[in-house]
Amino acid sequence: MSAFGESLQTALRLVAEADPVLLRTVGLSLSVSGLACAFAAGFGLAAGAWLAVTRMPGRRLLLTLLNTLLALPSVVVGLVVYLLLSRSGPLGSWGLLFTPGAMVIAQTILVVPVVAALSQQLVSDALREGGEQLRSMGAGGFTTGLLLLLNERWAVATVLLTAFGRAVSEVGAVMIVGGNIDGVTRVITTTIALETSKGDLPLALALGLVLLAIVGVINIGIATLRRVQGPSGVVAR
Amino acid sequence: MSENSTLLSLQDLGVSYGRLTALQGVNLQVQRGDFIALIGANGSGKTTLLQALHGLLPHSGTRSVASPAPAQVMVFQRPFILRLSVWNNLRMALWLAGVPAAERAARAREALARAGLLELRERPARALSGGQQQRLALARAWAARPDILFLDEPTANLDPTGKKEVEALLASFRAEGMTLLMSTHNLGQAKRLANRVVYLDHGRMLANQATADFFSDHADDRTGLFLKGELKWDL
Repeated sequence: MSAFGESLQTALRLVAEADPVLLRTVGLSLSVSGLACAFAAGFGLAAGAWLAVTRMPGRRLLLTLLNTLLALPSVVVGLVVYLLLSRSGPLGSWGLLFTPGAMVIAQTILVVPVVAALSQQLVSDALREGGEQLRSMGAGGFTTGLLLLLNERWAVATVLLTAFGRAVSEVGAVMIVGGNIDGVTRVITTTIALETSKGDLPLALALGLVLLAIVGVINIGIATLRRVQGPSGVVAR
Repeated sequence: MSENSTLLSLQDLGVSYGRLTALQGVNLQVQRGDFIALIGANGSGKTTLLQALHGLLPHSGTRSVASPAPAQVMVFQRPFILRLSVWNNLRMALWLAGVPAAERAARAREALARAGLLELRERPARALSGGQQQRLALARAWAARPDILFLDEPTANLDPTGKKEVEALLASFRAEGMTLLMSTHNLGQAKRLANRVVYLDHGRMLANQATADFFSDHADDRTGLFLKGELKWDL
């Protein structure tokens, strides 16, 4: 059997036996990225809705900046958060560096532009269909944006899935601000990087499979919900 | 406003979209209890006039509103129905209209019963037929108890039964004292429902008359040609 085949077999055994290290690493990854996405959803969706409905001067510049931030390198985010949270940094007194909290902060910063930019586009498109009518019913600008997000909730779920995918699969930022400390800040991606460099391919591969499975399950869940609801929020028969 | 019964008044109103003039020199007074039908060819400015009357568009000239300001709602040709249940669409409209939370359920129930949709209240609103969606939009508008209801071709996409149901609702709204302004291509509908007809041609208001006078006074002019279906497409 090839090295890859052997690794795959061992990986599947680790998953089947619910290996404690594997479970702990996956659990931490899910909680850090889940929390980061929750915070990013709160801020990013509101910012996206507001940017779509506002007509203030400088809006185009803000949109350009936001779209630029979509390509924000994770190591740069990690470096900035590191400098902010390091003992001599402005937020050093919080004592968050090398904790899961620091990782949540870094991933939140990383995915807020994703959520804001995609939801801004979503609301802008929906505004053409219903913006004027909601205004006619008495909705203010921001309320209109939020109602359109509610109306497009399945597309919003896809946006949040995209954000989660970005958060859970990044390695640079969490490595820098988390430090990859065993049992404390070691997540799926940093473990894969470490175990691969050590030559322990089965664990790395098992974690890679779990990562794929997590994103796959969420994707299937959203697709199923969309199919049940139908394209217009109508229950398919 | 000079008269107590005047709810809305336009003086020399004009609307432009860039270099395109959509309305010019429009003078119109809307009296309480009026049912005004706006008619005219496609592109004559009917929808723009409704939106300008409703205060949705920037314009030149003057738009005066009675004091206290009358509550206004507009029902569009293709009503925007949220991907929610019929019931929650009503509740959302009442919330936007500022109706106190304690009153919303009773008002929603009353409006849905009025529009014949109470049995369908748990249905996803977008699963309704075109006629039912239009009735939902009317119920949503009526529930907010507006003083003025603007309607943009409310029966344009409906079958004869749907048209009849919507017309009956509109007639009952007027009977209760609501003021209505409706754009339509259906001259029979204008005759049946309206007490006044405004005729628009290339953004200008060529006629503003009592319904009976409007349909009898225009033998040979452009309005008459439009009524006979003989108006040429001159852009």
